This record gives sequence, structure tokens and C-alpha cells, in this order.
Amino acid sequence: MSVDAPAKPIPQARQITTKPRVSDQIFRAIVTAFSFSALIILALIALFLFLKGFSALKAQGFNFITSFEWNVFTDETGKEVASFGLQAMLVGTVVISFIALFIAVPLAVLTALFLTFYAPEGIKKILVTVIDLMAAFPSILYGLWGYFVLMPMAEYWAKLLHKWLGWIYIFDVPEPIFQRSPFIAGIVLSIMIIPIITSVSREVFSQTPLERVQAAYALGATKWGMIRAVVLPFGANGVVGGSMLALGRAFGETVAVFSVLNIVYRTNFQILYTQGGNVASMIIQRFGEAGATEMSALIAAGLVLFFLTLIVNFFANYIVTKTVKSGR
Amino acid sequence: MNTPSVTPIKPWAATPRDRAMTAGSVLLSALTTFAIVAATPMKGKLAYFFVFFVTWLAIDSVFVMRKAGAKGLRNGFAEKLAFLGALIVMMAVGSILWSVISRGLEGLNIAYVTQNMRNASMFDPIGMGGVAHAILGTLLLIAVAIVISVPMGILTALYLTEIKGKASGLIEFLIQAMSGVPSVVAGLFIYAAIILNTPLRPSAFLGGLALTILMVPTVTRTAQEVLNLVPSDLREAGLAMGATQWKTVALVVVPAARSGLITAVILGVARIAGETAPLLFTVGTFDSFNLNPFVGQNSALPVIIWSGLNGGSAESIQRAWSAILLLLVVVLVIFVSARIFGKKSMKK
Amino acid sequence: MSDQTKSTTPSSLSAVSAARAEKKIAGTSPLGTGLEARGVHAWFDKHHALSDVSLDFSAGTVTALIGPSGCGKSTFIRTLNRMHEFIPHTSMAGQVLLDGKDIYEPGIDVTKIRLQIGMVFQKPNPFPSMTIGENVLSGLKLAQIKTSNPDELMEECLTRAGLWNEVKDRLGAHAGGLSGGQQQRLCIARALAVKPKVLLMDEPCSALDPGSTLRIEETISQLSKSMTVVIVTHNMQQAARVSDYTAFFLSDGGPGQMIEVGPTNEIFSRPRDERTENYVTGRFG
Repeated sequence: MSVDAPAKPIPQARQITTKPRVSDQIFRAIVTAFSFSALIILALIALFLFLKGFSALKAQGFNFITSFEWNVFTDETGKEVASFGLQAMLVGTVVISFIALFIAVPLAVLTALFLTFYAPEGIKKILVTVIDLMAAFPSILYGLWGYFVLMPMAEYWAKLLHKWLGWIYIFDVPEPIFQRSPFIAGIVLSIMIIPIITSVSREVFSQTPLERVQAAYALGATKWGMIRAVVLPFGANGVVGGSMLALGRAFGETVAVFSVLNIVYRTNFQILYTQGGNVASMIIQRFGEAGATEMSALIAAGLVLFFLTLIVNFFANYIVTKTVKSGR
Repeated sequence: MNTPSVTPIKPWAATPRDRAMTAGSVLLSALTTFAIVAATPMKGKLAYFFVFFVTWLAIDSVFVMRKAGAKGLRNGFAEKLAFLGALIVMMAVGSILWSVISRGLEGLNIAYVTQNMRNASMFDPIGMGGVAHAILGTLLLIAVAIVISVPMGILTALYLTEIKGKASGLIEFLIQAMSGVPSVVAGLFIYAAIILNTPLRPSAFLGGLALTILMVPTVTRTAQEVLNLVPSDLREAGLAMGATQWKTVALVVVPAARSGLITAVILGVARIAGETAPLLFTVGTFDSFNLNPFVGQNSALPVIIWSGLNGGSAESIQRAWSAILLLLVVVLVIFVSARIFGKKSMKK
Repeated sequence: MSDQTKSTTPSSLSAVSAARAEKKIAGTSPLGTGLEARGVHAWFDKHHALSDVSLDFSAGTVTALIGPSGCGKSTFIRTLNRMHEFIPHTSMAGQVLLDGKDIYEPGIDVTKIRLQIGMVFQKPNPFPSMTIGENVLSGLKLAQIKTSNPDELMEECLTRAGLWNEVKDRLGAHAGGLSGGQQQRLCIARALAVKPKVLLMDEPCSALDPGSTLRIEETISQLSKSMTVVIVTHNMQQAARVSDYTAFFLSDGGPGQMIEVGPTNEIFSRPRDERTENYVTGRFG
């Protein structure tokens, strides 16, 4: 075969254009327009909350986040004096959410481990259905149950905690009143968020690569040895993602918290004591009697809550998509 | 070649002896627990629970140690701990269900589900007045939410699965962001945007709008998953026959995903059926039937429960329990139908 | 033992064959009595996958299991270290004796068995969350075995696996950064660290390049001085290079069966069964 035959020039690729039919163009336009509805709605939420809350934000300035007074009254000259600060409520939101995570994450991870590695088939199916059902319970149900059924028991536990661990600041109380405390609100919240963390953890645990599992067993590992060496390192990121999703949910919880928490405008880290609050329940507490000035402040509070949950959920979804959905 | 028939066995399965040992250790622990609790000043469910777990761990460890040594101990402990975690969660759910059923049943009667509160107050004894108007209100709210969020949700899902435009990543991100919006913010938004800006006043329609914000992400995500399950061969077949894209989607893809799309809607409804906070800003309260979703305040089951709880009297609280029982039944029915439709769409 | 060397083998392989030729006749070594399978059957649910396999793996020998795909070789090897039972709904029958004691006896501690009968898998599976050094010692950690000198043990196992020189400066690096062949040798080192009496290898080289394959075959030959090795392989040349005995498995549509076993050179040059001859001469499979 001759090797020096001239090489054929490679032709340029042809451009293929298809102009969509008019009906399709209309179709695409409509669908696209509706899809941007999500963007529009989110933008509108931010916009209107900002517009209506603006006067309060302007009057209070940065104090809105940092101060913890919340009152409005008219003084002797008939002028309205208002002072709105979210600090107590913001801190309270974070405090009860973290109590909830502290209780929920171990319970949820243990439950996920039990379901994935220990439960017999029949029991597993039942338990999974029950947990999915739990996720569908209305929050007001947790409020009712939390106040009438859980609180008496939790009060007793709080007294025990105070008795044995009261020397630690957070378990100490200025007076022995243990009802409607951040501790109890945290317990109620924890049960609400357990289904989320359990589902995500289960999904990531069941995706553990079989070859690593077999490697551990072939080395003579017990089931727990295998879980510790393979499953937990693999699933750690997924569990974190699920917990952050749960945190986002806990931040915004309203009626359940309102029922079991005594809202007081004071930053309180003594979780067994009857004072606390979170932004969402404060809003519905004050909404009924709010005048125009306070209304503006409440709306501004809603704006702050909106951004807070947006940020947490952003990170949570990022982690979950990266680890669970792509099957790392 | 001629092997006599051999019986398969599982030498690794739990033998009757193993089971007897487990049962024995549980029984022994229970007895020891009672003895310990009786002898010490500990009391209450927590005491029993805690002591039982510790004694069970101790007694069972003896058996485990003999069989498997130190690492077997850790394994046994981990297994019991995992079981304990699951047990605690189940006990919580059980407690919730039990309290709803036992307390709610007391206040349920025919009057409760057929009458409204026009001639009664929630502080009146049970038997006077009912929540029929709230049931109607809840249905109106769900109807409004469905009418708006189903087209929005499904069309958005269609964009993501059929058109796959450049904005897909952004839209998926936004839908995820929207799913994290707290319900109280949704209600506050409708209040700030509409009630404060327009002459519109609280009504079922506005409540439905607030619920739409919460429902759309659920519908979109489920619909997206379901539409992605439709095999691309179907779409290609439609296009190969010369159909336009929208005809293919409308006549081939959507019908193929029908039961899954219904599941998406049902899941969306389950998401919003029990929501309370957004309604407090947008729906108001009303004592009797209001069939007009656009004009006038309305009632809804979650709001009834909320009022009853805050009312404080024994009667109002009893009404709240009965109302939550009804609401839970509604949610359960929705949940079960979502399961059934979900299985149907999987079978396809 | 045969000192037959193939004309196309490189010098390292003839060294391997020569080393084998000097080994003691199996059966009387101080390494115990080895592993014996008696009448082993295996089922997946109701499907009878393996029927009546009896094989005696003498201590200090290398036995290759050959046969076409799907004839039960992998299933069989997994019954030898009780990994078969991890698949749900499986059952078995028969006995597997290690040094005369049935490993399936009720009440026995399975994890101890697996310490004595190690396994290397087809796809290298080091633990990615651990460093190279931690991987080697992971078996000890899992079994909670204390060792007085972990660094020495690490070096010894990595040397026996033929990996020491390549990783001695980066024992703290993550295992995921190694090549496929290196990862597999790491897995061998990891299996050796718990000092097993038997090493089972399920097609250990099928996913590797020829260079790594060669290194591992050298390792196998060295290993057989101190333990029993059973290796499943699709590669008949590999079986011929590496093993003292070969067993041929076949399934004729029903459960897999062991057709013939014997010294490797006899199986390949003078097989007794016609089906064996058809397979080793390449007429099928």
C-alpha cells in the first residue's frame, strides 16, 4: 500500500438547524414562563417582606438583629416609641434547634442503622411506613401532644437533669419552674425532624459499596466493626446533609413551638427554665394585636427568618446532592 | 452423578438454643429490673426503661463474651443500641397516635361533623356545634391550592424534563429553595403583598395562595422524578411519527406518567393539609359555612384546633383533640392513596 | 512436581516453577492439615447452584479452580470462608474442615474463622477512608488483636505482597491514590496481616494489567510456603504457572459440579475426563 498518497482534507461539520414549529414555540414559551414562576415567587416574597418591613428596619437599623427589647407604646406626648430587637428570638431559634438536633441525630442515625442492617424484612417494611407517616403529621398535632402528653414527662426529666447536672450553667435555673422551656420545645422539635434525618441516612447507608462491606467481613469483622469501618465513613456526609435539612425545618417551626414554649424577650441559655422563644412563634404571638408600626417589625422579622432558612437549606441541599444523589 | 437428595440448611441462622438464650436474658433482666426499682427510690417510666436497658446489657454480655470475646461485646452493644434508638422513636409515634385516638374519640359524634359553630361557642359542652364548616373550609383551601399549583408544578417539571433548557439548573435550585420556605413566611408574604396592598381581605382564596407556595415544590419534584421515568423511546417514537413536541408531550408522555403525576398532586396535598401558621394570616375565622372562597373569612380544621388549644377550657381543648383526630384521618387517607398510586406508577 | 517450563516464559516465571519444584510433598507439612471440603452444596433461594463438591486442599499447596463462567467456582470459594451466607436467602449443605474441625459447626465464632481463612477479591477493595498503613493493619483493628510492633508487621506484609518498595515512603497517604495493581497488592498485604492459614483468591488478577499480574503470581508462589492458597481463575495459563493442583468445575445446565482434580501438569496434559480435555484445549469456555 502506498504510504504517501495525499491525505484527504477533512470536511467541516455541517450546521444542522431546525426551527421549531410555531405551536412548539408557543408550547416552549408557556412552559418556560411557568417554570420561572418559582423565581418570581421567591423574588416577590423577598421584595414584599422587604417593602413592608422597611420602615421598621430603617428605624431600628442594625439594632434589629442585636437588641432584645420588643415593645411599642405611646409616651406622654402621644408619640409612638418603638424598639424592636430580634436578638432574643434569634438566639432562641438557634438554641432550640440545636437541642433538637442533639437529640434527633443520634436517634435517627441509630434508627437508620437498625433499619438498614439489623431489622428483619417484615419489621423493616412496617417501620419504614411508620416513619414516612410521621413525616406527614401536622405540626399542630405535635403542639397538642407536646403540651398535654409530653410536657408532664419532660418536666420530670428536666427536674432530674437539674438535680444531677444543675452545677452546669445551662442546666441551672433561676427559679424551679420547668414548664414550657426550651428543653421541652427542643424535644418536640426533635421528634418532628427525626423522619427527615432517618430517611436521608437510610438512603446513604444502603448505598454503601458492597465490595467494601465484603472486604471488612472477609477480614473477620463483626457487623458493628464493618459499620464503623465502612458504612459510617461513607455515610457521614449524607448524615450531615440530612441534619442540615432538618435544621432548616426546625428554624421555621411555628405552632408546635408556640404551644410548649413560654415566649419571653430575653436571651436564655438555661434551657430547663421556662423562658425562650423563636422568631416564627413570636410572629404569630404578636400578630393579633399588632399596630402598623409593630406589623412592619413583624414582617421584617419574617424577612430575616426567610433569609436564614434560605441559607441553611442552600448548604443542606448542596451537601445532600453531592453525597447522596450521586452515590459517592 | 446420582446424588441422593440433600437438604439445604442454614448453619448460620439463629438456633432454637440461641433464641432461648436471648429470651432468657430478656426475662432475667426484666425480673432484675423490677427488683432494683422496688429496692431503690427510683421511680417512673424512665427508671424502668433505663435500668432494664443496663441490666439487659450486663446479662446478655455474659452470653456474648463466652461466644465471641471482647469484640463481640462491642457488636452486641451496638446492636442493642440501634434497637433502642428505633424503639424510642416508635414509642414516640405510638404515644402520639394513642393520645390522638383516645382523647379525640371522646368528643366525636354526629353533631360534631355535621354542624357548624354559628349557634355555639367552643366553650360550650360537647354536643353543641361542630366543625363541618371547618371541613368545608379545608376542602376549599385544598381546591384553590390544587387549581393553582398543579399547572405550575407540572409545567415546571415539564420544562426540566422535556425542554431541558439552559435555565434548568437555576430552576431546580430555586425549587429546592422554595421547598425550604417556612410556612409562616408564606402566610406573612400573602399578608404583606396582598392584604396590605390591595382591598382584598382574608379569605379561603388567599389562604390557598399561601398554601400554593408550599405545595408547588413538592408537586414539581415528584412530577419531575415521575416524568424522568418515562422511557425516552416513547418520546422518540412520537417525534419520529412527525408529531410536534407539544403533541408528543401532551398525548404520549403525560398519559404515560399519569398515575405518577396523580401521586405528585396527592403528596402535595398531604404537605399542606395540616398547615396552620399560614392560615392564621390569610384566612381569618368564621363560624358557619362559607362556600365562597373569594369573599369573606373562612374556617379550617387546623385553625379550629389552634383556637381550641388556646381557648384553655376543658371543652375547647376537647374540641381541639377531636378536630385533630379528624385532620389526622384526612392526612392518613391522603397518605395511603399516595402510596397506592405510587405503587401503580411503579408497576407500569 | 513438574519442572516443565514453557519456552515463551520470561526468566522470572521459570524461577517460580523451579521454586515450586523444591517444595515438600504436600500432606506432611507442619502447617496443619489444610482445608477440606466434603460434599458441599450451595443454594440461592431454591436454585441449586453447586452440587456435591469434595476437595482436599493440603497445607502448603496452591490449588487453582478453573472452569467456564457460571459453573459455581466463585460460589464454592465463598463457602470456604462463610461469605456465601451474606447473600440473603441462601443455604448450603456439607462440611468444610479447617485442620479437621468443621467451620459450620453451630456455636462457632464466624469472625474467628474468617481470620484464619482470608480472601482477596476480584476488584481491589482497600478502605478509601484509611491510609495505606491503616489499611494493612485494619484486620487487626477490626478483630481487636493487639500487636507489639505494628510497623514491623506492616513492613513484613507489604514486602510479602511485593508492595513495600513502592509505598514505604508514603504509608500515610490515602489508599485511593494507588493504581489498580498496587491496590490489589495492598489488599493481599491486608489479608496477610492477620496471619491466616488459608488464603482464598477470587480471580485476583482479572482486572489488572500484565505487569501487576506477574508480581502477584510471584507473591502467590512465595505465600504457598507458609499457607494454603486456593485461587479461582479464568486464565488457564495462569493456573498452569501458579498452581500445584487444579480442579475443573462445570455446570451442564444444572448445579455446578467439580468434574476432575489432580496435579496441574496432569490436568493440562493428560486429563482423565473428556470434558476437562475439551476445556483445557480451548474447545469451549
